[in-house]
Amino acid sequence: MDLDLAPEDKTFRDALRAWLRENAPRGARRGPRAQEASAAGEIERQRVWQRKLHAAGYVGIGWPRADGGRGASLTQQTILSEEMTRHGAPPPIGYLGIQMVGPTIIQWGTEDQKRKFLPPILHGEDLWCQGYSEPGSGSDLASLKTSAVRDGEDLVVNGQKIWTSNAHVADWIFCLVRTDSEAPKHGGISYLLIDMKTPGITVRPLVQMTGDATFNEVFFDNARVPAANVLGGLNNGWAVANTTLVHERHMLGNPMHTQNLFDGLLRIARRVRRNGRPAIEDPAVRDRVAGFRIEMEAMRCKAWRDLTSALQGKNPGVEPSITKLRTTWLNHRLAEMALELLGPYGPLYRGSKHVADDAFWPYEFMFSLGMIIGGGTSQIQRNIIAQRGLGLPRGH
Amino acid sequence: MNFALSDEQLELQRSARQILSAECPMTRVRKIAGSPAGLDPDLQRVFAEAGWLGILVPESLGGAGLGLLDAAVLLHELGRAVAPGPFIVSSIGAVVALRAAGTRAQQEAWLPRIASGDAIATLAIAEGEEPRFDGPGIQARAARAAGGATLSGIKMFVEYAHVADLLLSAFRAGKPSGEDGLGGVGLFAVPGRAKGLSVVPLVSIDETRRPCEARFRNVRVPISDVLSGAGTKRSGGDAPRGLRRAMDACAIAIAAESLGGAERALEGAVEYVKVREQFGRPVGSFQAVQHMAADALAQVEPARSLLWYAAWAFDARPKEAPLAAAMAKALCTDVYREVSRAAIEMHGGIGFTWEHDMHFWFKRALSNASAFGDAAFHRERVARLSGF
Repeated sequence: MDLDLAPEDKTFRDALRAWLRENAPRGARRGPRAQEASAAGEIERQRVWQRKLHAAGYVGIGWPRADGGRGASLTQQTILSEEMTRHGAPPPIGYLGIQMVGPTIIQWGTEDQKRKFLPPILHGEDLWCQGYSEPGSGSDLASLKTSAVRDGEDLVVNGQKIWTSNAHVADWIFCLVRTDSEAPKHGGISYLLIDMKTPGITVRPLVQMTGDATFNEVFFDNARVPAANVLGGLNNGWAVANTTLVHERHMLGNPMHTQNLFDGLLRIARRVRRNGRPAIEDPAVRDRVAGFRIEMEAMRCKAWRDLTSALQGKNPGVEPSITKLRTTWLNHRLAEMALELLGPYGPLYRGSKHVADDAFWPYEFMFSLGMIIGGGTSQIQRNIIAQRGLGLPRGH
Repeated sequence: MNFALSDEQLELQRSARQILSAECPMTRVRKIAGSPAGLDPDLQRVFAEAGWLGILVPESLGGAGLGLLDAAVLLHELGRAVAPGPFIVSSIGAVVALRAAGTRAQQEAWLPRIASGDAIATLAIAEGEEPRFDGPGIQARAARAAGGATLSGIKMFVEYAHVADLLLSAFRAGKPSGEDGLGGVGLFAVPGRAKGLSVVPLVSIDETRRPCEARFRNVRVPISDVLSGAGTKRSGGDAPRGLRRAMDACAIAIAAESLGGAERALEGAVEYVKVREQFGRPVGSFQAVQHMAADALAQVEPARSLLWYAAWAFDARPKEAPLAAAMAKALCTDVYREVSRAAIEMHGGIGFTWEHDMHFWFKRALSNASAFGDAAFHRERVARLSGF
């Protein structure tokens, strides 16, 4: 074992830190104000930020050089994501393209598809959203019903997607559609890239419990999509989607996000008073905050271990599920304890000087609950851990 | 950056598992647990021949000269096997204390004997009123006497004192100082047969561990048996550091053992629910059971990473070791308790019987929880060391 960074990784990190200090806007902090984030001016501002990141060489660094990346190691990709979070720099607005569909196109795409789709992802011209879940297909994703039927050179798409983050601003959607209704349910699915401007597509925003409307329903009514936009072959969508899931897992469980939450909790515990003294001096509070620190450090060590294992080319097994399960739960409880310490000030949300930390905590309390559900609920993660990790028989 | 066990460590893990399954099956564990002394000299010999008893002893003194991460790999296996015996106090705690604070002569006198299995050493630290493993817990006094010191007081939970050849005993020789109050504590190498020392074994539900009450009545310790410590003629010495290192090492050792035990208990439970049928199907196909097992694994794996880090830091980054040890001890023993309890529940009624082996891990989890400071004690250390 050796936890020191290699010289080239240290150089990368130091240069990145210096660059972020000079160039990054702060304000990645989530909060109710993010509601205005969809305003056109804000989107443009974020595109500018991505272009700036890209010009400095910090977008899609894990992509191969031939596809516009710098072929950076997983270690450097991890450093980038952690340092951005540590610094409070907003992630590039095209992150779904950069981290999910881009790598999937690199693995499965034809040369034409790569040429067409990859450069606009890096430059922030094309923003992507993910069309997986449907009203009747959540945890049981492979039961999806949105259909795509061949008609000449096109596929005609009908159906509905839901919980589609950023569909209201996205230029493209990567979508799972059923192209063979006779085949077994995993076998008749294709991975289709669809221009959001296609006639027949309607986007309807869903207001979340946070008050934000970044979620959407997307309706397809005879939307004609070139068959050339199928990625990875007809009826091969499940395998292609699994590539995307692997890339999604790299995005989960950033220990630096937990660290930011923990630091915020600790600041509150030092600031607020309980029984006539700073809360952090209260033995019950100290015990819980120390317990959180321990859980956080364990997850950080686990991230190092998982990174090493990925660098060695090992199959991640159920480790990403364990990370997702534990990290989302830890983050939610950190926000919950912060609210508890804030007492009746905690739930105050807007419009008063008594609102604590710009309502970050009630927002995060809700947002982190969404993270427990999204990307495979905690219950689904437990099924995966039990069945694939421990070899228990399929459940009832 | 490389956060993985080395090939040598993986080989140690394999060979330890093999030796323990051959030499320390549950039938033997039961026999030792049921014996009056709780110790099997033949098994100790097996451990000595494998090079385990001297794993932390320098090669020049007859040991394997390995580090705490290597020892943690071994302890993980010993924990899986719920192997009975004084390994932690003797081969980890006493060896670390002697190496950190013993004179050359003391090291030469004891380390080769511990490594060969010729001598068992233990640690006498905690006391009755508030058994804790830091400065404030050490009240019994060492009085200066001509040519050495005189020890009086009662030490509690001294493991295997009834068979120990050496009790490394912590007594207060001066005023407390330092973050953990260990300043002013002296360490004394007291032979098991010292005049004035009497030992009463205590019976706990974990019969694979043997704590004792050790009574010191004017036990005379010549200066040659005083580990360099404050409050004696060698004031300003390393006894507090030796004790601190020994307790961090023991905390990490307990954590490693706990993790091995948790892993093994979960494996046993998973195997059982795969074959036990109710309602016409394996009970392990029910999500209520699957989610218990999944939660157990999801606790074990992060704890394992923290444990490796702590064991590595003990040698590679000693400044980080106290915090890392406290974190690992608190987390791994909590996880062991929860997982061993879940493992019993997953077995249903059979898991509650004496005949089934599962209770050995459950009971070890309980004794590990309080050994060398419970989780609340270590979380308070974490709070202090983090500057809360």
